[in-house]
Amino acid sequence: MSLLDVRNLRYSYDGGEPVLRDVSFRVESGMNVGLVGESGSGKTTILRLLLGLARPDGGSIHFDGEPVRSGERSFMRSYRRSVQTVFQDPYSSLDPRQSVGNIIAEPLRSLGIPGPRREAVGQALDAVDLPRDVTSRYPHEFSGGQRQRIAIARAIVAHPRIVLADEPVSALDLSTRVRIIELLKSLSRSVTIVLVSHDLGVVAALCQKSVVLDRGRIVEAGETAQVLRHPEHSYTKKLLASVPRLPA
Amino acid sequence: MSALLSVQSLTVRTGALELVSKVSFEIEPGARMGLIGESGSGKSMTALAVMGLLPARVHSSGSVLLDGKEVVGAPERTLVPLRGNAAAVVFQEPLTALDPLMKVGRQVAEPLIRRARRNGEKLARREVRREVRRLFEEVSLPEPDRVSHSYPHQLSGGQRQRVALAMALSCRPKLLIADEPTTALDVTIQAEILGLLDRLVRDHGMALLFIGHDLPVVASVVDQMTVLRQGVAVEQGPVGQILREPRHAYTQELVDAARTFDAALEGSA
Repeated sequence: MSLLDVRNLRYSYDGGEPVLRDVSFRVESGMNVGLVGESGSGKTTILRLLLGLARPDGGSIHFDGEPVRSGERSFMRSYRRSVQTVFQDPYSSLDPRQSVGNIIAEPLRSLGIPGPRREAVGQALDAVDLPRDVTSRYPHEFSGGQRQRIAIARAIVAHPRIVLADEPVSALDLSTRVRIIELLKSLSRSVTIVLVSHDLGVVAALCQKSVVLDRGRIVEAGETAQVLRHPEHSYTKKLLASVPRLPA
Repeated sequence: MSALLSVQSLTVRTGALELVSKVSFEIEPGARMGLIGESGSGKSMTALAVMGLLPARVHSSGSVLLDGKEVVGAPERTLVPLRGNAAAVVFQEPLTALDPLMKVGRQVAEPLIRRARRNGEKLARREVRREVRRLFEEVSLPEPDRVSHSYPHQLSGGQRQRVALAMALSCRPKLLIADEPTTALDVTIQAEILGLLDRLVRDHGMALLFIGHDLPVVASVVDQMTVLRQGVAVEQGPVGQILREPRHAYTQELVDAARTFDAALEGSA
């Protein structure tokens, strides 16, 4: 059974032009998926729908075989435990007034997960290669890359099955970007990552599967290696040709 | 041939904080230099210092010779004729560089009229219109007449950057300074603007100072590179040589990072 099964999603903001037209894809456990597209492709809207922040005009989302019912509190509570998020901007996604320990423990509190929090937070910090004694410090004391590690620790502390990562490295410098991708790769042994990104290089480095979006439609989907080596759609070809690379 | 831009021991300070420390580089007429660095490396401060555009309470020392004139410590009346004629700048976000309340055609016309006046000429309105149209065609803006009558917010990010390039061209500068000109753009648009920039610089025989944080982007546009880190130039030289044999550990790290993603794209990660 697929972890996520997205079927024929349609969505428009306030009855305007549709921003998603018949979008379908699956996320299998252990296979990271990259949703690739530029501005206006609909990738962020898909993320909002996956998080239950908006309801689709048509189509459905199934998690582990069950339809996602965004209006139902008890369902959403268990869903949120299984599906966590990492956002683009490590400077605005962490509450500056909270200690790092409190920030990372937040999902445990809000989801009412019992058990020793200190140990769970410690394990999350181990996983993201931060020392355990950072818990008493505050976000402003950390660099962008370290903050993104804190955000990732928060995302994995409740042992979710999926981490939705929305452009998690695009605000970071190049060398930091590589290290965060390496970290996400090592974590994906125990959690499946759905990566939303405009950057094909980042997707190629992390995701076994890719879904290429253009103006609300899926133009190409499949194994990332296949998509990169034999892009079929003209948009995918253009996107691939546009990626800046080092001169040979 | 003497350098069009000669930066010697440029230091930029605000209070006790040194933002740029003793940076030196030269650009010959028609040559292309890249300044690469991450946030806080001082690359944008260097560009502003070259134009004499540093914000209040930020001070420069050392020497910046632009087209033979000293910029550091120069009064506005020396700097004004240099800006535009000697060098023009294109910034990261054209929406902040363009006046939101003025149609873009007029914004491009203004420097044209000023340049003519300085040369003791007077341009007829028809000539101005024709020249604006020609510039818009040169930067490959579709429907130049419609664009001319648009306000900046009615254009896409890529179109706005084309307008900004047209404005820079209208000054016929000897040096074009591009400060992260494609950072705010989608990757397909970035590729188009980089291609356009390359063509314009070549067609007009302009020199280029290209500032960026993205090594593959910078390396694809320039011939020479200066790597900045925390205000210090850690490495300098021809692009090919720096990519092949980076001498500084920081440059090595940047090159390795870029190669990691290139390799992933080739399917060998």
